[in-house]
Parts: sequence; structure tokens; C-alpha cells
Amino acid sequence: MASTLDPGAPAAQGNLKARLRRAERLRKLKAVGLVAPLALFLVIVFVLPIGSMLLNSVDNGSLRQVMPATAASLQEWDGEGLPEAATFAAFAEELRDSRRGGGLGSVGRRLNYEDSGFRGLLMRTLMGLPRESDDWRATLIDIDPAWGEGVTWRRIQAAAPPRTDRYLLASVDLERGADGEIQRVDADSRLYQAVFQRTLVIAGGVTLICLALGFPLAYLLATLPARTSNLLMILVLLPFWTSLLVRTAAWIILLQSNGLANQSLMALGLVESPLQLVFNRIGVFFAMVHILLPFMVLPLYSVMKGISPSYQRAAVSLGAHPFAAFWQVYVPQTVSGVAAGTILVFIMALGYYITPALVGGPADQMVSYYVAYYTNTTNNWGMAAALGSILLAVTLLLYLVYHRLVNRKQMIGS
Amino acid sequence: MPDNDNDAKAPLIRFAGVQKTYDGESLVVKDLNLTIAEGEFVTLLGPSGSGKTTCLMMLAGFENPTGGDIFLGEQRLNRVPPHKRNFGMVFQNYALFPHMTVEENIRYPLKTRGLPADEARRKVAEILEMIQLIEFARRRPGQLSGGQQQRVALARALVFEPQLVLMDEPLGALDKQLREQMQLEIKHLHETLGLTVVFVTHDQGEALTMSDRVAVFNDGVIQQIDTPSNLYEYPANSFVAQFIGENNTLDGVVESVEGRRCRARFGDDLTTGALLGPGLGAGQATRLSIRPERVKLDGAAKGLPNRLRARVHEFIYLGDHLRVRCALPGNDDFVARVPVDDFDPRLRPGDDVELGWRDDDVRALDAS
Repeated sequence: MASTLDPGAPAAQGNLKARLRRAERLRKLKAVGLVAPLALFLVIVFVLPIGSMLLNSVDNGSLRQVMPATAASLQEWDGEGLPEAATFAAFAEELRDSRRGGGLGSVGRRLNYEDSGFRGLLMRTLMGLPRESDDWRATLIDIDPAWGEGVTWRRIQAAAPPRTDRYLLASVDLERGADGEIQRVDADSRLYQAVFQRTLVIAGGVTLICLALGFPLAYLLATLPARTSNLLMILVLLPFWTSLLVRTAAWIILLQSNGLANQSLMALGLVESPLQLVFNRIGVFFAMVHILLPFMVLPLYSVMKGISPSYQRAAVSLGAHPFAAFWQVYVPQTVSGVAAGTILVFIMALGYYITPALVGGPADQMVSYYVAYYTNTTNNWGMAAALGSILLAVTLLLYLVYHRLVNRKQMIGS
Repeated sequence: MPDNDNDAKAPLIRFAGVQKTYDGESLVVKDLNLTIAEGEFVTLLGPSGSGKTTCLMMLAGFENPTGGDIFLGEQRLNRVPPHKRNFGMVFQNYALFPHMTVEENIRYPLKTRGLPADEARRKVAEILEMIQLIEFARRRPGQLSGGQQQRVALARALVFEPQLVLMDEPLGALDKQLREQMQLEIKHLHETLGLTVVFVTHDQGEALTMSDRVAVFNDGVIQQIDTPSNLYEYPANSFVAQFIGENNTLDGVVESVEGRRCRARFGDDLTTGALLGPGLGAGQATRLSIRPERVKLDGAAKGLPNRLRARVHEFIYLGDHLRVRCALPGNDDFVARVPVDDFDPRLRPGDDVELGWRDDDVRALDAS
């Protein structure tokens, strides 16, 4: 025994380590086996789709697949004057072939983002395209003079590289000018900066309201006797048992012009005519706070439950006014709960789509609404993915900042 | 009751007819009258639910008396909120603020009192020096051992020089050795700083070690307030006799009374002399109380006025002494405590022995 543990006997010690490893191996295998199904599931249904979605935001679309030769030769072109004759020839043949493969539609859609007349130009050209030609350059310019302008080819060139930043730029109201410089888009087509700002303001507002309403409630739950607090806890969790759509619809009924809220206010004589409580920002706040409040209360409650009431008593016995004791001694100990609750509510609120779409007005739609719009209505996956990516990046950035702040404040010794 | 040795000092705290009920049905504290002199170390001792902690909480101001008054000197305390009482308090689990360093914890009462920063810093440094934790000033409570946390809690309760220090079972969470060491440390602090301390515990050894006087609580009533030695030697009733130290009991009847002494009959037809407890007279039922170390065995029992034969059940070896459990008429579990050197090694369980004791080692107390 003693010789195995003797540090002066390295051989024996190595032996001991090997035996330990062998003994631990089975346990490790078991742990891996237990986690593996979930890990695999997550990779397949979560990590891979999100990864490919993120790639979509910089993917330049179908020109490279449908017209590989055109794309390759245009990438070598310096953009001066017109491309070489070989480029014209490659383009004409691939344009003709694209009709058979069905790639024409996607190329037309992609080029339309550059200039809205492109699809028509392609169709016109295809109709007039002869079987053979000795000089494709002349033939094409003959069909439509646009082929004789450098700008037409520069637009196709922009769609040629495999990756593009146009979607990401467009998501923050930027674009590349004719000379490739990044510039802001025209004032009347600026949209997304305001949408992002609005998304952050709504999510932040909902989080603050939830904190203001949830903190006293959690405090009450944590200090009441177990029987009463369990009953109240069921009431807090009750909304989870109802579908989100039903709850949102219920708010519309409650808050509409002749709904219960307005009728009560008017019966009490507080207002003379119905207030506009729904299909605007007020309705969005009502419905979102209602839905997200439990996510604030639960982490706060679990942290507060663990704080002994003797801390406040100690502070009071040391001469602090009960309010000061609460603020200086109790509240700092709830920081981890406040952090968990606010970050949970904020991140969930950032992604809200259905609720603002139903109870908000046109000026209350958040980023997710536009993601859904691009995915479902216009089939522009690049824009949908870019908006989603920017939202993800902003969220991660805010989370990092927040994490830093909270960690610095909350260095409670273990 | 010998309460006269405190008359010289001014009374600091006075409970006058204090009552407390939580549910409006039963009284947790019934008619409490207690005077605590300045500089005194008074322990409230009792089993859980006896009302001792409620008394401390009323003194601290966290509970209001249902009836009666509490005075600090001439001032009536009932309506003074706890943060204005200027009492230091040490809690059962220390209640050190986990998000503050040791230094910030100790500075907290000075901050609430608006002390200038440099003076506060000096005082904190002084008291850290006293409790020998200077190098731990920047640590958080969670990084300290139990004994160190205990010292910080003490320092925090003492740093603002309160006129009274309250301690609510402060040593309960420590292991035995550390607890005994801290008992002496607190006792020495009490002596050197001239503190007035009200200490709550359910550990009678702790109470005897530290206190000037001990108030034994049971069922919301103080059973006896006295010095530790008087409590042990002259318990006022059978509850105190049973609660303080080890005790053998024999149920019987007082036969005749002669001044402070009496004769009592117990078992089948045995009698013993005893000191008469308060409120007893001839013909009344009594519970006789005898400390195990006053019971002598065989040779040592020779010549003692009260002797009887008993059968030995078992011996329990405890290093410096043996506990001999034996059966005698009226008590099957009678214990004698014998020094190892005085013990006859030939004795075996099942043997008969002779037990003996002096009249003055027996108390005839109430039979409840």
C-alpha cells in the first residue's frame, strides 16, 4: 500500500493512474451514451439548419449553378467597357440551356434584386435567341441594346461571386454604390434600422415592466407560508396551460373599443370615449407582458426562496432602516435571479412574431415579422437569413455585455 | 433566591409582566419578569419551544409583546423599532451578508450610523485586529471557515459599541471543539470589554460555562434564575434538576420535615434524608433528585447515612470515570458515576452492590 502511494516511486504511481483511468472509462462511456441521442438530435434539427440558414444570408444565389461558365468568365473581367466575346458566347449558350433545366426563374429572381427589369430582359433575349451565331456579341446587342451597356454586365458580375454582403448590408439599410463603396440607401427606403430599434425598445420595455411587476410578486411568494405560496404559484403558472394564440385573441376581445376594459373605464366615468388599447403599442405591451411574466417570476422566486430572512433582520439590528436593509442587503442577493429573469424575458421578447402581428399596428411589427414576410411571401431567403443573423448577433452582443456587468456585480463567494 | 449579588449594579433591562401569543389562543411567554444588570452575562436556557428565543426577539424588537412592558433603563422599549434600539445581535447562522467582504460587513453598522469614513476604517481595523482576521478583510464570508465567520459576526455586532449584545444560539453550527473554544473567547470578550450580554441556548453546558446568571425556561415560564452553581446544587424544581446536568430521580412521599431538611419514603419501604425543596410539606408526594457523582459504591458508601442494595445492569467506560447503571426499588435506571481508580474490577453485571449518599446530596422536589 505504502509503496504504491510513495511519490518516490514513479513507476508505481503511473500504474495507479492507469488503473484509475481504466476504472473511470466505463463511467465516462456511460455518460457519453446517455447524452449522445440528445446531442445527435440537436445537431440534426438545430445546429445544421441554423448553420445553413446563416450561410443563406451571404449566399449569392443561383447564377453560379445555372451559368457556371458565364459567372467564371465575368469574375475575371475588370468591368471596363464590355466583356470579351467569349463571355457573350458562354452567356448565350447557358441562357438557352437554362430554359431546359428550369434554372431561368431563379436566375431571373436573383438578377431582379440588382435591377427590377432584368427578368423581362432575360425573357426577351431568350425569345429572340437564334440557334447559332458567329458573333454572339452583335446578336445579343441586336436583340436588346441593353447588352451593349457595361452596367448590365456589371450587374450580372455582382451576382457571380459565391458570397455577397448585399443582404446583410440591406438589413441595416446600407448598400454598395456603383463604385462598390458602402453607402446608406435612399432616405425613403430606409426601414430596418428603425425595425431593429423598435424590436429592442419593445423587448426592453416588456422586460422592464415584467421586472417591475414580477419582483414584488416573487418576493411575496417567497415570504408567504408554503400553503398560500403554492396556491399563488399555480395561478402564476395557469397561463402556461392555455395556448398562446388563445391568450392573444383574448386580449383583443378585452381591449377592443367596445371591449370589457373600455366599457369598465367608461362605466366608471374615467374616460368619455373608448381608448385605443389594441392594434397599437399598448396592446403589444399588454399581451407580451402577460405572456412573459412567468418567465420573470420563476427564476426570481427560486433565488429569493434561498435567501434567509435573517439577513434583513441582521441589517435592521445593525441600525439600518427596513427599507435600507431591503435595498442594501436583500436586493443585491437577488441579482442572479434578476439577471436570469431579465435575460430570459428579453431574449424571448426579441423573437416575438405572432403576438405583435395580432395585437399590434403596422408600426409595432418586430424583426421576426419581416423574417416571416421574406420567407413566406417573397421567397427571399437571403434577406430572411440576413435579418435573422443580425438579430442573433445583436442578441449575443447584448448578452455578452450584460454577462460582464452582472458578473462584476455578483461576485458572491462560493 | 439569591439575587442580591446584582443589586450593586444598575439594572439595564427590565421585563415587567411580559406576555406573548402568536395565535391568540396559547401564550408562548407567560408573565415574564426579568431584570438584567449592566455588565451582566445572562443566558436564557431551555428546550425548543420554551419561549426563550421569543423573549430575545421581543428584546431585539422583531416581535412585539402582547402584554407587559420592556424597559431599557427608564425608557419603555415596546414601541421603539429594532433599528433604533442600538443593540448588537449575533444570529444563529451568523447572517453575514454574502455579497459584502468581511470588512464591508463589519463597517455596515458604522455606515448606517453615518460615521465619518476614516473613523469607521480605524474602528474596523481595530476590531479585525482583536479577532485576528486582518488578513481576511477582503474575503467574502463564503470563503471563511465556520469559526472565522462566527468571529466576524461577533465583530460586526460589537464594532458600534452597543449597550447590549444579543446572541441567538450563535455556536449551534460549530463542532464541539470549536464551540468550546468560542465559548471561552466570548466569555473573555465579555469580561475585557464589560459587555452586557443576553445569550440564548439550549445547551446547558454552554450556559453553565459562560454565564453570570442563567434563566431556565420551560413552557413559557422562567423556572429558575440563578448562578450556574446554584442551579446545579439547588435546583428549584424537578424540571431544572432534570434539565441541568445529569440526574437520578426517585418518586416518593415526604414523611417528616425538620427545618430545611426532611425524611422521604420511596420504593417499597425505604427512607432517605433530603434537603426540602420550595413549596413542599409533610405528607406530600415528591420527586427525589440525586446527582450521579454523589452516589457512592460499596467501600466508599460505608458510614454514609443512606445506604441500600442495588443490582448492577452494566458498566459504561468513559476514560476518567465509569457509569454504573443499576436497578433499585423505584428506579430501574439509576446511575452512579465512579472514578476509574475507585472501581473494584471484580464487579460483573448482575452482582449486587451497596449504594450510599449523604442527606444533603438529595433534593426533595415537586412531583410533577
